[in-house]
Amino acid sequence: MLIAPEIILLAGSTILFFVSLARDNSRIAQAAAMLTTFALMAASVVCLGQHGELFFKSYRIDLFSQIFKLLISFGLLAVMLFGARLKGISDDVRAEYYLFLFLATLGLMMVVSSVELLTLFVSLELSSFALYLLVPLRDDSGGIRAQMEASAKYLLFGVMVTGIMLFGMSYLFGLTGSTYLADIMARLSGIGAEPAVIVAVAMVLCAFCFKLGMFPFHFWLPDVYQGASNETAAYIAAVPKVAAIALVLRAAALFSPDAASVGKIIGVLAVCSMFYGNILALVQKDIKRMLGFSGIAHAGYVMLGVIILKESGYAAAVYYITGYLVMNLACFLVICAVSREGENPAIEDFSGLYQRSPLLALTLACAMFALAGIPPFVGFMGKFFLLAGALENGFLFLVILAAVNTAISIYYYLSVVRVAYTADPGDREPVRAGFVPQAIGLVLIMAIIVMGVLPGRFLEIAGEAVKLVSGA
Amino acid sequence: MDFLVINNGFPFLSAIIFLPLAGALVQMLIRDDNLARIWALLVTVVVAVVSLPLYIGFDTSSPMYQFGESHQWIPALNITYTVGVDGISLLLVLMTTLIMPLCVLGSWSYIQKRVRSFMVCLLIMESSMLGVFCALDFVFFYIMWEAMLIPMYLLIAIWGGPRKTYASIKFFLYTLAGSVLLLVAIIALYVKNGTFYIPAAMGQDYSAAFQTWVFLAFFLAFAIKVPMFPFHTWLPAAHVEAPTAGSVILASILLKMGTYGFLRFCLPITPAATFQFMPAILWLSVAGILYGGFTALAQHDMKKLIAYSSVGHMGFVTLGIFVLNSRGIEGAMLQMINHGITTGALFFCVGMIYERTHSREIRDATGIGKLMPWYVTFLAFFSLSSLAFPGTNSFVGEFLVLAGSFAENKVVAACAIPGAVLAAAYMLRLLQKVVWGGPDNPQIPGLFDLRMREIVTLAPLLVFVFWIGFSPAPFLEVMHTSVNHLVAQVADHAPAAGSLALNMLP
Repeated sequence: MLIAPEIILLAGSTILFFVSLARDNSRIAQAAAMLTTFALMAASVVCLGQHGELFFKSYRIDLFSQIFKLLISFGLLAVMLFGARLKGISDDVRAEYYLFLFLATLGLMMVVSSVELLTLFVSLELSSFALYLLVPLRDDSGGIRAQMEASAKYLLFGVMVTGIMLFGMSYLFGLTGSTYLADIMARLSGIGAEPAVIVAVAMVLCAFCFKLGMFPFHFWLPDVYQGASNETAAYIAAVPKVAAIALVLRAAALFSPDAASVGKIIGVLAVCSMFYGNILALVQKDIKRMLGFSGIAHAGYVMLGVIILKESGYAAAVYYITGYLVMNLACFLVICAVSREGENPAIEDFSGLYQRSPLLALTLACAMFALAGIPPFVGFMGKFFLLAGALENGFLFLVILAAVNTAISIYYYLSVVRVAYTADPGDREPVRAGFVPQAIGLVLIMAIIVMGVLPGRFLEIAGEAVKLVSGA
Repeated sequence: MDFLVINNGFPFLSAIIFLPLAGALVQMLIRDDNLARIWALLVTVVVAVVSLPLYIGFDTSSPMYQFGESHQWIPALNITYTVGVDGISLLLVLMTTLIMPLCVLGSWSYIQKRVRSFMVCLLIMESSMLGVFCALDFVFFYIMWEAMLIPMYLLIAIWGGPRKTYASIKFFLYTLAGSVLLLVAIIALYVKNGTFYIPAAMGQDYSAAFQTWVFLAFFLAFAIKVPMFPFHTWLPAAHVEAPTAGSVILASILLKMGTYGFLRFCLPITPAATFQFMPAILWLSVAGILYGGFTALAQHDMKKLIAYSSVGHMGFVTLGIFVLNSRGIEGAMLQMINHGITTGALFFCVGMIYERTHSREIRDATGIGKLMPWYVTFLAFFSLSSLAFPGTNSFVGEFLVLAGSFAENKVVAACAIPGAVLAAAYMLRLLQKVVWGGPDNPQIPGLFDLRMREIVTLAPLLVFVFWIGFSPAPFLEVMHTSVNHLVAQVADHAPAAGSLALNMLP
């Protein structure tokens, strides 16, 4: 069964749709959602080695897509488990919440398998619209309505870049007479450096960079992190970005390797992204907002793997985004646990976390140090591979700026650790994280360390996977 | 791999690097505080015992890296796990393994809260410090170099003094900011050589501009770690706020990593740039010696006094390294060991007083000679060693450094001489006040002399003070061949007389 994960998601969504019609449905909804998630995870693992083409070759199942599907289901599973209590979501809309969550996941899974422009567009929109709806579902207990503002921003920017992407796609179709990526790539191979091609691919890239939250398409990101409930923010911070990298790599593969000017443009944007994200993160009080800006910076880092337009760089980018998924999930796990009623925790709220819950403090510290790029964690190895690749291809200046950014960013990551380990907890109560979140925290810590210490195998798999994109 | 003598027997180096780490993992399962202390002591003692064959089996006639091990690690980038020791790193490795059990002993009663976590941090520190000294692969080196920041940060931040938050953040930011460009330099060397082997990067014919940039990136990282004037400001804060064992590790081992970095990286990899910057570094060293001495003279806080004295002593070390002759470098390396022994011991001494009076002020510790005869005996010997009194270890080291400097440049060496006088001034001032400072100290009733455990902590260090002082030959022999090899590597690139760089030296 080639598309078992997608079918499971679709079935789960359908069930949830009917559940949402009933009254007092939150228990059933949660049970159905959990069941679906576990089934999805199992299916993703089982389907990892499969390959084939479906739907008139517009839908490809290969190692590349299956790895991303595995990552997406892992992200979903983690969020579902540590966010099981859904503190920020009213019980009335639970079924709808899970429904949109699954639709978004379904869209993302389809996106990584799509190798035809229209399929890709439809899948992307499926995930985007579900995500737009997830944001305002937050319980409005505080009466701030920040979630409404966030979702409006998300929607407006999203629709705008979708338009740009469609325009770019029309150019691609006009230039090549086909909507299949394989055909497009073949026909562009001689004319990759032509301005029309560059403009077309760049416009398509815009939409993907928007998903990734890269400068200058980042405006939605901090607001959405802050406005969405903690669980939603955890999902949006981690999972769509993984899919976005898959898309970026597919788009980048359309460039012929001699289109170095595009690499330079992306490089400039990547540096802007790092500086913008890191500098603004320095002054944030709300930890989710801080992570939002840090996410912008990380989008810049991961793009260092794309600018060299080579497989080694793509593999590093895949490795990095995998690490980023794990690190971000670890951060948000702690955020969800510390937030008592689903409110946004400020950085101060982590005061003395070391005494209130040692394991959560350790999880937070590992995640923060990893995000900062301190060895032996995965964030360092990822950054190291990206920097090594960029320097090998002559981007010395870029690499120095990225290194300087590491030094800037350490301050705000460290101040979270500082608060957790040295600040006085005051009258803050111990954090009662259940067994499941703690177990997941432990798993994430292990993943952060193991991926950082023994990256060889992961990098190899990523290398095999990206070969399928550029060689298709 | 012509630089490495592969060790096919018992993997000593891997054992000492990873035993503490394994010990730390087991430590996390231990629930009882006393058991945790005993376990940490056991692990560090075992590591020390395992490290002794390194000295016995070391071939002093070869400049090669010995006890070598090499395994593939990340094939995609040709990154390996390669370790080995030569005459430059061997003594530092041994010093680390021998001081760690003392650190555990020294924190036996000093640390009362979260003992288990404390010991875990100590053990992880030991792993990463030994990794730094043994690493022959850039990536492994860098990982160990950076990874130690985390346990050290926690040591200061959790168990530190009143201003621990400020001190720990400053320590972390300073050292991390210094080493981000080190990573860029490492990758740049990889791009040139296609390998991450450290020895493979030596003796290559890099362009002058490339050498300059790589040297500066290395220099920034190492100069902050040493710390050289004017990069020293994190040191007094971190030293003062850290718990005793933290101060000892910082002073005895962490500071040596900077000077070790100069010897292992700057000199052999970028020799031309070394000559280019040599005059400036010599003057910075002299500035550090004088500045550290004068500032130490003005301190009322014993830990601060010793911290600033470290700035001065490390100035002598960098002076000895950058005169670039074998006598100076040997003196500098011996001085690194001496400083580790003496300053470590002095921090232990201060920690013992602090446990009794809960104050680090000199005035709260005056006139205790009558009540604590054992204590002041130890303190007197270590103080004399710190001011390089003949017969103690530091005398030999400082003498060699100064002899090497005079051979290179008389003016620079003469400028460093007042540093030795200042050392006598501030150490004797401390000693005089503590031993005979008058009977009006309100803290006196609560004082009791050293316990057996404390004597056991200090005694080994005292043995080394006199051993090196009277018979330095066994220590110098070990480094001799490697140092000569290093000097030969550098000497080929000496600039012609009258070149621009040398104009800075009179």
